[in-house]
Amino acid sequence: MPTNPYNGQTDLGIGLGLRVPHYRHILEKKPVCDWFEIISENFMVDGGRPLEILDSILEQYRVVQHGVAMYFGNADPLNRDHLKKLKRLVKRTNTPWLSDHLCWGSVDGRCSHDLLPMPYTLSVAKHTAEKIRQARDFLEVPICVENVSSYAEFTQNEMTEWEFLNEVVERADCGILLDVNNIYVSSQNHGFDPFEYLRAVPHHRVGQIHIAGHTRLDHVILDTHDHPVPDPVWELYAAAIQNTGSTATLLEWDDKIPSFDDVHAEALKANRYLHEHTHA
Amino acid sequence: MPKHSKPTATFMSTPTPSQLRTNADLRQLQRTMAAALMQPLTRKDGLATSTQVDFITPNDRMSGFERLEIYARQYWFRLLDCLYDDYPALRVLLGERRFHQLCRDYLAQHPSTSWTLRNLGSALPAFLTEIKARDVARVEWAQTLAFDEALKKPLRIDDLLGSDPSTLHLGLQPCVVLLQIDHAVDHFITAMKKADADVRGSASQAMSEAPTRASIAKAPRLKRERVHLAVHRHDNTLYFKRLAPESFAMLAALRDGLTLADAIEVALAEASPDTDWPAQIRDWFTEFSQLGWFIKSPHKS
Repeated sequence: MPTNPYNGQTDLGIGLGLRVPHYRHILEKKPVCDWFEIISENFMVDGGRPLEILDSILEQYRVVQHGVAMYFGNADPLNRDHLKKLKRLVKRTNTPWLSDHLCWGSVDGRCSHDLLPMPYTLSVAKHTAEKIRQARDFLEVPICVENVSSYAEFTQNEMTEWEFLNEVVERADCGILLDVNNIYVSSQNHGFDPFEYLRAVPHHRVGQIHIAGHTRLDHVILDTHDHPVPDPVWELYAAAIQNTGSTATLLEWDDKIPSFDDVHAEALKANRYLHEHTHA
Repeated sequence: MPKHSKPTATFMSTPTPSQLRTNADLRQLQRTMAAALMQPLTRKDGLATSTQVDFITPNDRMSGFERLEIYARQYWFRLLDCLYDDYPALRVLLGERRFHQLCRDYLAQHPSTSWTLRNLGSALPAFLTEIKARDVARVEWAQTLAFDEALKKPLRIDDLLGSDPSTLHLGLQPCVVLLQIDHAVDHFITAMKKADADVRGSASQAMSEAPTRASIAKAPRLKRERVHLAVHRHDNTLYFKRLAPESFAMLAALRDGLTLADAIEVALAEASPDTDWPAQIRDWFTEFSQLGWFIKSPHKS
């Protein structure tokens, strides 16, 4: 089940997040890499070096857009200025699908620039799903929503995170960017079984998977993206692709970034699990 | 330096709905949480003890207060990091402690209202009252604009031939920012970057990274000097270009919508009669056209 409507019927393999320290290496060495994921907002500008870099990358590689500022969970309406600039970028990259987070981040025009957790209630799920539909209709590209890692839960919650995710994606008829590191981080912070989460996910809607590392403190795990993928996350990844099939997979490494080759080698470890699944 | 007033983004305790039945309920919950995160941290980078946290569930290891505090710290550290990246020269000028306090005071009064962090520091120059610091901040904000503002199709010198100066309007590239300042900030930043590159052993890192503590320890001297400056982008590299007062005035007048004839009149209002101004203006137009600074006017055709 490598292709589905939520990833634009594509069959991408293992990708990497496009990050500034690797620009020179990528443009000069042109390493073999299935695809790159860009943070949309970094390229939603009117000119200059960011767009020059992007155009050079687009000449050589497939690029998929991943956003951090759509905030489907905001009580406020979608930001039209943001959407217009995002659509302009979608046309530039020809991204087969577009992802952003199942979170909120601003209210009354004040922006936290964070991926804040949602309260898990039916009314909020309906509201969030409607906004995803609005965004997809405007952007005219499939949308996958990513489960975020979280450190707090609301007293108003009426359901589990995975029940909320299901409500949202079924009502929005959208895809899922399944971040298995985020599932692990949240499971440790909130005390649930990550495999129960995985079993509940509507697998046919998973268009992409994220893997990453994290940082364990005394009482909490932080989603820092500054380490190799730890074993518990690989175990979740293996379990995920048992259900989803060989899904486009991306390694996120955003801080203390090693060389391109080191990051790429870490990402390619996913091949072992993908091959096991493919040849099982 | 900043105006010494109490931060306006103070925390206001508001009841959160026990159930979320409507979008108004969701908005109220989000307002309460945002207010908690955006209130200034304590001196030990913690959440104020008076913060309302009854909407966060504790777990077996952390209280609701401690869980919310993680998000508050993330909010402040992320935004402070952004200002550190955008204003490295101001940081050098003020020193670590004063710059850090300035950023906290600024963010308390100017929380982000844009979906992009690129705009976070846009109001910092106006927030500063000390002229020296404000000049440095103005130039650094101009660099942010010049870095990724649009580069529109430039007009060539041939495009202007035969035009009537009394009706001709010209625009200026959005990635060209004109500044009149009272300090040699361009030299200050150039010297700072050289010192920083010497510390790092690589000039290529200097544009994108905040200075290290070692380079901050010995800040270059910022000389008082009236400077007419263009901060601009050429081949996707940022440059400073000092301008004569007259050419600066002409460009600013063109940018603001005056006709070419009126712009020249404004520029030369107090100019010395000893200069061959027609020849000088031709030279300016040749140079600025080669740099691609002129575009079709957004004001009039």
